[in-house]
Amino acid sequence: MDDISESYLRITRRGLLEAGTAAVGLVGFAPEVLAAAKDSASAERMAVTLEVNGTSHQLNLDPRTTLLDALREHLALTGPKKGCDHGQCGACTVLLDGRRINSCLTLAVLHDGQPITTIEGLAKDHHPHPLQTAFVEHDGFQCGYCTSGQICSAVGMLAESRAGMPSVVTEDLAQPQPALTEAEIRERMSGNICRCSAYPNIVAAIKQVAGTPV
Amino acid sequence: MREFSFARAASPAQAASLAASSSTRFIAGGTNLLDLMKLQVETPTRLVDINRLPLDRIEDTPDGGLRIGALVRNSDLAADSRVRQHYGVLSRALLSGASAQLRNKATTAGNLLQRTRCVYFYDITMPCNKRTPGSGCAALQGINRMHAIVGASDQCIAVHPSDMAVAMRVLDATVEAMDATGRNRAIPIAEFHRLPGQTPQIESTLKQGEIITAVVLPPPPPGVQVYRKVRDRASYAFALVSVGAVVDVADGRIRSARFAFGGIAPKPWRVPQAEALLHGVAPTNASFDAAGQAALAGARGYGGNDFKIALARRTLHAVLTQATRT
Repeated sequence: MDDISESYLRITRRGLLEAGTAAVGLVGFAPEVLAAAKDSASAERMAVTLEVNGTSHQLNLDPRTTLLDALREHLALTGPKKGCDHGQCGACTVLLDGRRINSCLTLAVLHDGQPITTIEGLAKDHHPHPLQTAFVEHDGFQCGYCTSGQICSAVGMLAESRAGMPSVVTEDLAQPQPALTEAEIRERMSGNICRCSAYPNIVAAIKQVAGTPV
Repeated sequence: MREFSFARAASPAQAASLAASSSTRFIAGGTNLLDLMKLQVETPTRLVDINRLPLDRIEDTPDGGLRIGALVRNSDLAADSRVRQHYGVLSRALLSGASAQLRNKATTAGNLLQRTRCVYFYDITMPCNKRTPGSGCAALQGINRMHAIVGASDQCIAVHPSDMAVAMRVLDATVEAMDATGRNRAIPIAEFHRLPGQTPQIESTLKQGEIITAVVLPPPPPGVQVYRKVRDRASYAFALVSVGAVVDVADGRIRSARFAFGGIAPKPWRVPQAEALLHGVAPTNASFDAAGQAALAGARGYGGNDFKIALARRTLHAVLTQATRT
């Protein structure tokens, strides 16, 4: 029993915060400890304006808030998904100023005033984006968890390709407009992992929109 | 992630002055730093946002080289028409690293300063002299398939993970850094990264309170430029071994050859004595093998990475063959 109470005493407010929302972790704490934790969590917030899908949002955020968490937890835009939370899976991909990024590996406070597009912002006038239609037509998903990231990534990838960006499989780097072959599409989409392995259909959907001969 | 205060820098010198404390980190792309902060490998008490500094341009230098701003994103650098035409080894090295999303964020200076991906450095429950000096090195007796075969010490066998830095090394780039007084310092890339020795936590010769402002490339060297990366997956994986090379052949003889390895050392690994063996000789299997033997002289494995010694020689051989094919 002595050991247990000692270990309770050694738990810091920070440790409590890091335990997240797991209710079981709160059992046994005095109310004043919980209140202190709440104060700490609300301290040192920063004002940030996020321009998401054409709408301006004023937020007061703990600077630790990732762009992904700001979108999901503060703006209820749950299209961007949290897969690995370390930039390895691509499920959180959004467009920042038209360029694809991992929203889990950046802070919301770094993007004050910059235009952000999520999967929710791709449809225009109730018409799905051509890539959304193509993913449906080609059955480019199974469970769907990676899909919003795949589609946002593909939108960014097609823009990069139109701008003439090369990839590591581009044979002649000096060529200003490398053709978007299937090998190019696969290389350029390698930052988006699909656990269901729907890759052949994802590639087919992208090829259709890119105009690559099937 | 631990709490930190957040500041925005208005000028490079001001950024440098804000970074006088060792618990301050600059944040640019953040793709490596935030990854490490989430795991509490990095626990800065202050972040200084440098993204608004005017360090995002690629400019021609008077002598025919390029001055690459510290904040130029990896994707923009790889796609720049001057880089594609005259510094192909750099473009290809950049494009072989990470994913498109990460390259859109990652910066030139951040890429140089990225930390090792040693799994024991990343795991705060394990000993690691780089993360916690004096705690030991779990990789020496652990799973060390990705680890160094040259340049390591008994304190640390982690490798530098950058592809870009390998190309910068073979191109003889210079890193420019500014301190809080606004004074600039030029650091040759060969002297920028440090070997671990007894202090693996010190990874570069950049001083506390200095900020990288640019990386300068000399005029493009003559010859064919090649970058080849050997890895576990076809894309989006760190190198087991990579080789960047620039080889100039005329009249059946190698006029000049330079090459650097990635994935095998704590810094981009270049061996001038091995390059010298190729000067003036015919591009043959025998001369390539001699260069490979010299380049990997003194290499040692730690069990899981023994294969890298032969792999590095063979990758060099393949790169030299490709670069000298007429």
